[in-house]
Amino acid sequence: MEKIPILRMGEFLLVTIQVDMHDRLAMTLQDDLTKRISETNAHGVLIDISTLEIVDSFIGRMLGNIAAMSRVLDARTVVVGMQPAVAITLVELGMSLPGVRTALNVDAGMKLLRESLNGHGENGQGQSDGRRL
Amino acid sequence: MATTLNQKTSGLGSIISRHKEQILSEWLREMGGAARRSDLIKESELQSQCSRFIGLLADATGQAGTMVQSSAYDPLRDLLTDISKSRAVQGFTARETAVFVFSIKRPIFTAIREELSKDPTAMAEEMWNATELLDGLGLYTTDAYLKSREETIHRQQEEMLELSTPVVKLWEGILALPLIGTLDSARTQVVMESLLEAIVRTNSQVAIIDITGVPTVDTVVAQHLIKTVTAARLMGADCIISGVRPQIAQTIVHLGINLLDVTTKATLSDAFALAIKKSGFTFVRPEKKKNKEQEED
Repeated sequence: MEKIPILRMGEFLLVTIQVDMHDRLAMTLQDDLTKRISETNAHGVLIDISTLEIVDSFIGRMLGNIAAMSRVLDARTVVVGMQPAVAITLVELGMSLPGVRTALNVDAGMKLLRESLNGHGENGQGQSDGRRL
Repeated sequence: MATTLNQKTSGLGSIISRHKEQILSEWLREMGGAARRSDLIKESELQSQCSRFIGLLADATGQAGTMVQSSAYDPLRDLLTDISKSRAVQGFTARETAVFVFSIKRPIFTAIREELSKDPTAMAEEMWNATELLDGLGLYTTDAYLKSREETIHRQQEEMLELSTPVVKLWEGILALPLIGTLDSARTQVVMESLLEAIVRTNSQVAIIDITGVPTVDTVVAQHLIKTVTAARLMGADCIISGVRPQIAQTIVHLGINLLDVTTKATLSDAFALAIKKSGFTFVRPEKKKNKEQEED
């Protein structure tokens, strides 16, 4: 069975989605990721979806769920590299993913995670979200 | 009954083909008074159009009488479509284009009168047939003319759509999208796509949407703006809406549109200052004057 690899980078977990997401794969990822967060005591999750070209409402909801679950486990989630077509589709589906923080690329995403972890970086996007919890 | 109808229809056709030359010269003279636009069309071109028209008209009436919808009239209709199209391009008005067909009435009536002067009933019959036929063709010409004009308008609309959505780079990592004109669904789609693609291409973290040139903002337009902002946020870029005029601010509040999640600024320069701050840049005015004054002191 195919699986999406979850890489550990210091305090963060790095997930790169490079295959077409189908529902079962998404559920597996959700399971694996939550397990890994609690195992590794990670404080940040970076999900790279730059090669993801097709989304549906389920995948959109899954992204939101993963972010919410990570937050409960005390890890910040940043989704990076969303394609224009994917963004438009999600908006048209009415999913604005309010709890998810986003960045243009992995670099920017890492910076965002580090800032939120250090507790400073007032200019960081969605900083208020991070502090509220 | 059927034979009389046949005779009648072929009657008009044969009258036209017998008097071809006479009709042509009279027609050209007729047009000379009514709608000659020698500035727009050459004499020779008009003449060849007219003689082709009469030839095809004689053939078609000979075959199918006054049934303009029948297939015998296909070549004639094609000719009229071509003529209307070229007239629309050349700058003729709808009236001038229609007169091309209507001005043939008098020459044909003259021909009918000459041919059937001894039989008033037949003459009236042919007159009616000719009127019906030419009215049909005239209306067809006007239709074709309008259609080609509409095609031109449609094409220009599409070109305008392409032209009206420039995404400009203001600074490293800062894009601006000055919107001018009314926003509808089709245009917003283009705007949204070009902005998001530019964000990816230039790796920009802040995008400013300037709506100074948008005359009115209603719920639909606001919805479109919110969608664009949300899509940009999903990709990891911040959007600022600038150029909100007092009138528009009032409308937005009266309509009950929630723009609380969107950063809005009154002017593009305010938005740019904010974008600069967000990107971590600062502007400093070099204080040369002060230093000079101090030196002088």
